Amino acid sequence: MAANEVSHSPSFTKTFYESLFDFADGENIKACLQCASCSGACPFGYLMDFPPGRMIAWMRAGIFDEVMDTDTVWMCISCYACTEVCPKDIPLTPGLMTRAKEELLLAGNVPTELQSALEFSQRYGNPLGESPRKRADWAKDLQPEVPIMRKAKRPVDVLWFVGDYPSYHPRVQQSTIALYKVLNALGIDYGILGPEENSDGDTQRLAGEKGLFEMLAEKNGKAFSRYEFNEIITTDPHAYNAIKNEYPQLGIEYPVKHFTEFLAERLDDLKPLLKGNGEVKVTYHDPCYLGRANKVYDQPRALLEAIPGVELVEMSHNRTTSLCCGGGGGGMWLDGFQWEKAHVRLSEWRVSEAVTAGADVLAVACPYEPPRFEDAAKMVEGAGNLAVKDIAELLADAMEG
Amino acid sequence: MTHILVTAKLVPDLVEELEIAESGTALDMTWLRLIINEFDDHAIEQAIILKERSGCEVTVIAPDQEGMDDVLFTAAAKGADRIIKLVGDFEEGVNNHALARTLAASTKEIGPDLILTGVQGNDDFDGSVGPYLAEYLGMTYVGYVAGVTLEGDKAIVHKEYPGGLIAELEVTLPAVLGIQAAEQPPRYVAVSKVRQMMKEASIDEVDVLDLDPSGGLEISSMYLPEAAERAEMLDGDEEEIAARLVEIFKEIGVV
Ligand code: SF4
Ligand code: SF4
Repeated sequence: MAANEVSHSPSFTKTFYESLFDFADGENIKACLQCASCSGACPFGYLMDFPPGRMIAWMRAGIFDEVMDTDTVWMCISCYACTEVCPKDIPLTPGLMTRAKEELLLAGNVPTELQSALEFSQRYGNPLGESPRKRADWAKDLQPEVPIMRKAKRPVDVLWFVGDYPSYHPRVQQSTIALYKVLNALGIDYGILGPEENSDGDTQRLAGEKGLFEMLAEKNGKAFSRYEFNEIITTDPHAYNAIKNEYPQLGIEYPVKHFTEFLAERLDDLKPLLKGNGEVKVTYHDPCYLGRANKVYDQPRALLEAIPGVELVEMSHNRTTSLCCGGGGGGMWLDGFQWEKAHVRLSEWRVSEAVTAGADVLAVACPYEPPRFEDAAKMVEGAGNLAVKDIAELLADAMEG
Repeated sequence: MTHILVTAKLVPDLVEELEIAESGTALDMTWLRLIINEFDDHAIEQAIILKERSGCEVTVIAPDQEGMDDVLFTAAAKGADRIIKLVGDFEEGVNNHALARTLAASTKEIGPDLILTGVQGNDDFDGSVGPYLAEYLGMTYVGYVAGVTLEGDKAIVHKEYPGGLIAELEVTLPAVLGIQAAEQPPRYVAVSKVRQMMKEASIDEVDVLDLDPSGGLEISSMYLPEAAERAEMLDGDEEEIAARLVEIFKEIGVV
């Protein structure tokens, strides 16, 4: 894949380098030690032509445009592992890596698989290419009804931002319905946007499509402004990250919580409802955009520990060192590309860790994960009996007992 | 410099379920979502590839339908030099006879050397645009083209035939080509580039006063496919199913 349109003028390196100063702590890049911790922590660092540290070295040498001639930047799954370990706190994931993808994308150097997810997001407001009119179809047959803001015509306490995969993906819809049950059991006054909801756009942004992100954010911002509510909760950590950290920069400011934070605040009400389903060993996978990107580590664990009979065991990579499922930063739409380059799947690595930890259940809190890990479990030896469950599903199951 | 004209139209997007209008002879336009005809998108891509390779001038012309502005600005962001919208009574949809007549009239004024159009569209009830356009212009038409090279006043085109045969044809310009596939899939343009085009580029408008649909088909009724008799499902293990299949094949006389 040739990036023949990328500028090869000497000033390109300079302009690109200086654009990185605009990010929070962006100027820290000047202090890079070339320690290579970032490249070592990166799950795909070994096959990137330019892992973050080397990119910085090339930039310092004034020959950054050569970086743009490779397509291995697309192996970056925006997992924050490099950012987490960098001793100089350089915003490598949101800054350097995302900017590099932006430049590739502007030059038209986009893997085809990714292209269709971006086109679908542009056209239908979701990367799956589903009809926007069917966004609330998952709730069609549910009783009690899921209040859709436009029809409910009343203020609610909580606006539930359901998200793309939770709305459309058949496997993830099961987790969505589980969360619906939990919210109902707690008597939460909530509503959803239904067809007025668009993709949060965060993964598109991290895949370098900033303009698309802004377009989607503006649409959601408009929808938010039409209704009255006190706070937003999200099913998806990516949506949470977007609304919490990115939307405010576009003037869209609302208090937002991931559903695990929201439920953890209501543990006292929740506990009496949980009957449990016998003794079970559960391990928890910290999703990148809940964990490293937003430092939410304890609430999901607190919810799991509240379930009678659950013994929480940790995988060797946990909390700040958690392994990415491979779906972030556009990875969700680059499975074929990643496989071609790497011939490994990060999701399989993660599932093996769950097996080694002796878990019966791999608990997750991100909608990318149930399908990814369930597919991986079919490939990993000894994972035949490993169940992949969203925390919301484990809670709903425990309520039914 | 070779001047390439690309014609494009929007067709029903099949992501939504299609509904029949009360008249019973057309699609219900209220919920219909339109999308660029995929083959026209390939025609645009092929034109841009030729521009990059041989330095052509590219014009894209299209009827005014809901969402067409975005399609035209996207084409400009990809590299089209001029974008033209035919403004007239297109909202309810027109047949390809009327569209081709209108396109032919504008084409005569623009005077391109080569005209590219998608080889077909999912709403082609009355044949595809390309051959009509060629007829009204008195030009040569080659359809099912996947690959074009320009050599002076000639185009070398690759035409696909069923069964995997490919012919290489030499066509004297001007001519109309029905594009089946561009040499590479239509490229992605960043939203920011399209937005920038919306500020910088402008769409030329051509008024269309009369649309002449004569020669087209009259639709007497339109209906959704009806479920036919239910299939017989065979149960049992592999042996039983296979035995029953053989029996059925014998009954109906295929073995
Ligand atoms: S970890 Fe930080 S300081 Fe070390 S090489 Fe990477 S960017 Fe530079
Ligand atoms: S964000 Fe993750 S995948 Fe991307 S460079 Fe950093 S460590 Fe590697």
